Amino acid sequence: MMEGFLFGLLAVLTLSGAVGAALLRNLVHCALSLTLTFVGLALLYLNLDAQFVGLSQVLVYIGAVAILVVFAILLTGGAGKMPTHPTVSAGWRTGWLAAVAVGFVLIGALLHSPLPHSDVPAPEVTVQQIGRLLMGPYVLPLEIVAVLLTVALIGAVIVAMPERKGESK
Amino acid sequence: MNPGIASRVDQIFVILQHRIAELFPAVLQPWVAMILGVVGIVAVFPGIFALTTVLERKGLGRMQNRLGPNRVGPFGILQPIADAIKSLTKEDIVPRTADEVVHFLAPVVLVVAIFLGYAVLPVGRNMVLLKIDSGILFFFAIGASTELSIFMAGWSSRNKYSLLGAMRAVAQMISYEVPLLLAAVVAIMMTGSLSPTAIVRAQGGFTGFFPRWYVFTPWGFAGFVLFAIAALAETNRSPFDLPEGESELVAGYFTEYSGFKFALFFLGEYLGMMSIAGYGITLFLGGWGAPASFLEFIPSWAWFFAKLFLAIFFFIWLRGTLPRLRQDQLMNFAWKFMLPMTLLNLMVAAAWRFLGEWFGTGILAEGVRWLLCAAILAGAYVALALTLLRRQKIAARSYRYAD
Repeated sequence: MMEGFLFGLLAVLTLSGAVGAALLRNLVHCALSLTLTFVGLALLYLNLDAQFVGLSQVLVYIGAVAILVVFAILLTGGAGKMPTHPTVSAGWRTGWLAAVAVGFVLIGALLHSPLPHSDVPAPEVTVQQIGRLLMGPYVLPLEIVAVLLTVALIGAVIVAMPERKGESK
Repeated sequence: MNPGIASRVDQIFVILQHRIAELFPAVLQPWVAMILGVVGIVAVFPGIFALTTVLERKGLGRMQNRLGPNRVGPFGILQPIADAIKSLTKEDIVPRTADEVVHFLAPVVLVVAIFLGYAVLPVGRNMVLLKIDSGILFFFAIGASTELSIFMAGWSSRNKYSLLGAMRAVAQMISYEVPLLLAAVVAIMMTGSLSPTAIVRAQGGFTGFFPRWYVFTPWGFAGFVLFAIAALAETNRSPFDLPEGESELVAGYFTEYSGFKFALFFLGEYLGMMSIAGYGITLFLGGWGAPASFLEFIPSWAWFFAKLFLAIFFFIWLRGTLPRLRQDQLMNFAWKFMLPMTLLNLMVAAAWRFLGEWFGTGILAEGVRWLLCAAILAGAYVALALTLLRRQKIAARSYRYAD
């Protein structure tokens, strides 16, 4: 009862954030509304006792991605300019079609997949176990991801670096 | 002294919580205990904030050769009450062009997020509100979300000083979050747990009468210093107070706030400072542990708050001593000095761990290990400092528009 109520509350929070992000006019409002969705998702994870995922969601999405979005809006001059007429791109029909198709596929998959028995207790996963797995059997994928991210970072720095005077012309 | 009484005094607040909770029916008891814990946090830390404001003004006054507040009450100690009444009764002005909803939400989000950080802070033996496995991760996750509220405040005010201050604050907090996290990681690594309680417990016990705090190891000392610097920057305290540099930006991101909302920003700033100091104490200074074995009869919570006040005094002292950095110095310091040092410190901590296994125990082996690790860190510090200084062209400053 209590759990269902909590889930409903968090679902409403998450979905209203998402709807706001899509429908609000001001870009910064959209970004903040998207952050609300991130918060809702993190709380949903925490509600499921997935501490590590939930807290990482807060750390990465609210602490970094939301800030990145907001910075991008400010640096590209999108803040404060509100469109006066509805902004619908030429291909909106295709977009709707794709969305409806994906929706049908997902709903179909949901309806046809058997629900696991709810009386099986959820596995107790502690952060320590995740750490051991990441440092043990999954250390190679972790390192590969780390190298990939570092390469991306260096690439971004090189793109953003001001060209020296001699090389520019 | 009777050890029974000492432990009773040590646990006085825990016992009190249990006794009050027992007055209620069994169904409500966990809730009542939880609410009592929350009330404790919400009452104690703002109380310390009020005390800190007057201590800071008195302390800064002393350092600047003046008296500081001395009109309200004896020695001016009732000044915070006067300040509170003033900020409560002042008109709450919202600029006409401001984004009202976001302008209102920003201070609320900030204070709520900072209060959440206290939930996993152990302020004494068995005195932590939320016993979760990944407490340190929780604190850093919550700390990361305060940046957004600062941005909200700066952007919604529609004021160039506010926006500049907010951009500075966010850039600074993001840059220093990396060394802050990496500096804290050494303590987590050596404990093998993300739980603040476990970290404090790992630092318990004494060698002779000397405590086994992490700060007394080479990596712990380096980690503590780096953590303290990053914490100063993260809380926008002097010398990293560029986001609210009053000589250039009026008051930075909260320029357009008045009345109680302004007070909330002030509260948030000080609470943030105290919580990050509390985590510094937990990670490196033995949390609520006594600094010597013969001082253990003093209750654990008294030690925690004594250390907290010492940290606050240190922050005030720095504010009265150091000039403000420039934006480029701030960024260079974070990425060229702090980041390499924290990364090296991680390596040294790992080396410390494995050298301990190879050398075995014994006073000589311990000493060699200690000196070796300290030498690596000191050598790296000197080399890095020399390289960074050599690149800098130190000369008389030229002012672009004022020469």
